Amino acid sequence: MNAKKVLLNPIIGENPITIQMLGICSALAITTKLETAITMCFAVTFVLILSNLAISLIRNVTPSSIRMIVEMTIIAALVIFVDQTLKAFAYGISKQLSVFVGLIITNCIIMGRAEAFAMKNGPWLSILDGIGNGLGYSFILLTVAFIRELFGSGKLLGYEILPLATDGGWYPANGLLVLAPGAFFIIGFIIWATRTLKPELVEEEN
Amino acid sequence: MHKDTIGRTLGVAVAVCVACSIVVSSAAVFLKPLQEANQLRDMKRNILAAAGFSDEQLNVSTEEFDKLYDEMIDTEVVELATGEFLTGVEPEDIDDRKEAKNRELSMAIPDEQDLAKIKRRANRRKIHLYREDGKIKRIILPVYGKGLWSTMYGYLALAGDGRTIKSLAFYEHGETPGLGGEIDNPRWKAVWIGKTAYDEKGKPRIEVIKGTVAADSPRAQYQVDGISGATITGRGVEKLVRFWLDEQGYGPALDKLRAKEAAQ
Repeated sequence: MNAKKVLLNPIIGENPITIQMLGICSALAITTKLETAITMCFAVTFVLILSNLAISLIRNVTPSSIRMIVEMTIIAALVIFVDQTLKAFAYGISKQLSVFVGLIITNCIIMGRAEAFAMKNGPWLSILDGIGNGLGYSFILLTVAFIRELFGSGKLLGYEILPLATDGGWYPANGLLVLAPGAFFIIGFIIWATRTLKPELVEEEN
Repeated sequence: MHKDTIGRTLGVAVAVCVACSIVVSSAAVFLKPLQEANQLRDMKRNILAAAGFSDEQLNVSTEEFDKLYDEMIDTEVVELATGEFLTGVEPEDIDDRKEAKNRELSMAIPDEQDLAKIKRRANRRKIHLYREDGKIKRIILPVYGKGLWSTMYGYLALAGDGRTIKSLAFYEHGETPGLGGEIDNPRWKAVWIGKTAYDEKGKPRIEVIKGTVAADSPRAQYQVDGISGATITGRGVEKLVRFWLDEQGYGPALDKLRAKEAAQ
């Protein structure tokens, strides 16, 4: 398998969110602000790389009967590590992310990549796959968070870009974007766009 | 050897568990001091914010921040039932949430008085005083009570007269974002400022109403606009504020404070 393909494919062509349809929950929950989305991207990418690496390293000794529970344990340990680190070094952000850091454990991207890729491939390719899928996830998350924060609250990274009408400016904030359904719409549009640009992704109708 | 034998399975399971538990426990142990410092600073920050300090004044280095807190805020421990200020107790040694659960250090609240729906309350609690030129400028009371989904924790700040509300801010709650979560909205918090908490007879009177308060209403000074879509959360806030200002809460302590200030 080609290393470049493993790294770059998940960014658009095999994007974990828009094509594999994994990790949607967190994409809805933490994208109201760019800052939390950035932190979440780093956290997920970090966990993804290390879990892929660890699982790939022990793939030949892991008995298939306890395969999934082993993957889960490794992922859970890494997530707790990330959660503790955030609480120690980025307390404000960890408070905003609240339960969603812990919920990285159940983020299907990580378990999905462990099962689909790391169990079958060597450590090096697994790391690349982790980075690639992390970037793919981050790409969507940042796009969604950018749109939601800019048009939902008129800010980017907390700095005012569009002065809000409620504070004496001219921009009436779009309240829908701040709520979870707003993210659904944006992700839907992104899926539509990728499928229009890459018609080979569209499934044949039965 | 086949990799699915029982011995192999157990061996891998144990090895994975040991390795993972080392990662988790060392992270927890080594990072604990930093995390606790963060929590303490966060608490102090909430108290200073309730005392009226702005974000700009609080975004300073840790040393300056601690100095500001130590200089500006006096923490006292009060016996809730009598309103007596306890001496000889270090406020740092008191963990409010733990004491509220401890059967020896807390008491059950009679149902009809349990407006905040918290069932038990600690016998003693901390309050924070912010003085300027020796006169009390703000009385900062830690309050909590049930909203729609969650227990809401916050600080209620009264002016030195012990009657006028200066700020109400929650630092921990699990209400619905966008609806009940709007209790964090600065515009709603601003509505509380300057309202009168007690009526002339000294009973807590403040209420969260449906819709907007009519400015010319004789009761306007006791009323706060409700948040649309958050009726139950709003009612929870009203009830918890009333509870903590009444005789089961800080009522007696506030009486003592007012008497003391008047005597000066």
